[in-house]
Amino acid sequence: MDFINSALDYLLGIPILGWGVHVGFVYKALLLLVALLVFTAFILLADRKIWAAVQIRRGPNVVGPFGLLQSFADLLKFALKEAVIPAGADKVLFILAPLITATLALGGWAVVPVNDGWAMADLNIGILYILAISSLGVYGVIIGGWASNSKYPFLGSLRSAAQMVSYEVSIGLVIITVLLCVGSLNLNDIIRAQYEMGLAHMIGLPQLTFLNWFWLPLFPMFVVFYVSALAETNRPPFDLAEGESELVAGFMTEYSSTPYMLFMLGEYISILLMCAMTTVLFLGGWTSPIDLPPFTWIPGFIWFFLKLSMVFFMIAMAKAIVPRYRYDQLMRIGWKVFLPLSLLCVIVVAFVLQLTGWGWHGGVA
Amino acid sequence: MSVAETEVRNFTINFGPVHPSAHGVLRLILELDGEIVERVDPHIGLLHRGTEKLIEAKTYLQALPYFDRLDYVAPMNQEHAWALAIEKLLNIEVPRRGQLIRVLYSEIGRLLAHLMNVTTQAMDIGALTPPLWGFEQREQLMIFYERASGSRMHAAYFRPGGVHQDLPQALIDDIESFCSTFPKALEDIYSLLTENPIFKQRNVDIGVVKLEDAWNMGFSGVLVRGSGAAWDLRKSQPYECYDEMEFDIPVGKNGDCYDRYLVRMEEMRQSNRIMKQCIDKLNAPDGKGPVSSLDGKVVPPSRGEMKQSMEALIHHFKLYTEGFKVPAGEVYAAVEAPKGEFGVYLVSDGTNKPYRCKIRAPGFAHLSAMDFLCRGHMLADVAAILGSLDIVFGEVDR
Repeated sequence: MDFINSALDYLLGIPILGWGVHVGFVYKALLLLVALLVFTAFILLADRKIWAAVQIRRGPNVVGPFGLLQSFADLLKFALKEAVIPAGADKVLFILAPLITATLALGGWAVVPVNDGWAMADLNIGILYILAISSLGVYGVIIGGWASNSKYPFLGSLRSAAQMVSYEVSIGLVIITVLLCVGSLNLNDIIRAQYEMGLAHMIGLPQLTFLNWFWLPLFPMFVVFYVSALAETNRPPFDLAEGESELVAGFMTEYSSTPYMLFMLGEYISILLMCAMTTVLFLGGWTSPIDLPPFTWIPGFIWFFLKLSMVFFMIAMAKAIVPRYRYDQLMRIGWKVFLPLSLLCVIVVAFVLQLTGWGWHGGVA
Repeated sequence: MSVAETEVRNFTINFGPVHPSAHGVLRLILELDGEIVERVDPHIGLLHRGTEKLIEAKTYLQALPYFDRLDYVAPMNQEHAWALAIEKLLNIEVPRRGQLIRVLYSEIGRLLAHLMNVTTQAMDIGALTPPLWGFEQREQLMIFYERASGSRMHAAYFRPGGVHQDLPQALIDDIESFCSTFPKALEDIYSLLTENPIFKQRNVDIGVVKLEDAWNMGFSGVLVRGSGAAWDLRKSQPYECYDEMEFDIPVGKNGDCYDRYLVRMEEMRQSNRIMKQCIDKLNAPDGKGPVSSLDGKVVPPSRGEMKQSMEALIHHFKLYTEGFKVPAGEVYAAVEAPKGEFGVYLVSDGTNKPYRCKIRAPGFAHLSAMDFLCRGHMLADVAAILGSLDIVFGEVDR
């Protein structure tokens, strides 16, 4: 592990034209970006394959072995097609909206530690940064819907504005519960806290790291976070903003070609970001589930992406199984079920921590 | 300081004709107050082909394939009404085996239509998996259509006097084995949807039809049964050999989308039951015999017979050029099609072509109630209600 780390540090630290560490930073950013985009391409394929399997179909299986290159073929197709801009649309905003969505979704990944200390920016307020970035994501949808100057996109963007804002509230409260246990806003600290304390230590078997992770003690919050993540990223059963059977394609109705692809890309990357957040907050990030040799040989980032893929699998299955909520039902669940529930959990957790003195005390912040 | 008074205008949107859940070519003008639907104005006619007028220029047999193209989800059920109307005027009897085959294929048609509708109703509220599961079963049923008639959809299989040709024994056996596996497949779809809380939230108490309203608006079929009346033409005025069959009529209680879904699911189980009985009866000794009337003036002779017999050759020539003449008179014949009462009102002037043919499509009456059903509901409910009405534009627009 240390070897890989130091090799990477060496490679990335090579100064070019005297720019020193800044060039390394650019390399790192590019590496993350490329890795992320390639990963997204396969996750997209996985999504379609899982969906197909549930529906007794084969899914994409023509381009490359098992259809592995399908996403790349789609990329080419999207990039080469004509981008149609409707006559009545606000041209600048129409193009700006998908850019906002894609950029913000990618930007969120800057603070995610895919391995011990591998975050692009090891911010001590990482979690606030992610919250802020994902809140801004709603602008892409609203602007896109409004700039289309068309009725279905307009309705779609109105819906999503209400929806994304409502579920951000419960996501915020879930994050607060975790923060109470950790005492730090740094994502890497959150993971380390789950490694160094918890249920496994209490029962005297610290090797069983997976019992340490917050999914177990904070199980209701884990569920609330999962469901809110579905709502936050416009995934079924909360895909009202693009609800096909009502709004054709919602805010994306008028989009085609590359701008459409950017929306798609942004959507999937923010889904992955939500999966990463679940992994960091509840599944112990890059730590291995059992702290013993055969498991510890596997590098941390592999564990991270395995966990992330598992969470994504759950999200993909949800899409295949459930129908869609109606607008008012969605709002009711957000405000009348999730908000009180997560608020209650914050209070209970705070009390328990105060009374027992549990919680992590190794943080820097 | 006073705020200037402005008139608030409702949001009008055009739902279709190219909309993913417009079920073909329906165009709804929706007046929305936010997400609440204030008014629904269905526009139809985009698939109008003038079927009724075209039929007036065709012989009775040539007019038959038009009926496949009405409710193209269950083609043979429509042919059935047409064949029954002609048979009533001609006053000819269909042999028992012909009747059994007709009942068997009518129930296959009901499965085809209900599978399509129940699963697309789920799709209209966002569950995308059931249709694919349903298509798996429909595919098998369409192959049965093909093996009987040579065509997957536009079968032209029910002819005046009987059915076009006999079923091979292998086909009957295959349908029998389908009947034993189908309940399991149905149960899969049932268990995926029925108790799903989201599916229930989206369907219970949506698009409620009181029984009185249902009668007043000319509803029939599942829309009446869903509201609580056990009205089924197969029981109330049995045609063919339905009176020999044992089956139950499921009825709903509340008349909402959910009840209509449940009624359709149960009807599929009952159809399966009828199909099994048909197969048993077809395999029994008294189920053998001719499949269509032996009246050579109406039903063309077999190919072999035509080569051997002078009279058969003349019949063959006459039937395929001039067609048969139907005695003057008026008749109304109706069948319990999957979507409701499908009727044919036929006026004959004694020639080889119908004088007038009025088609009573159940979907038309159901669609005209859209405004009544949707008013006050939300936009998403429009799709759900439309899905539960089971509209097929072939028969609405004709």
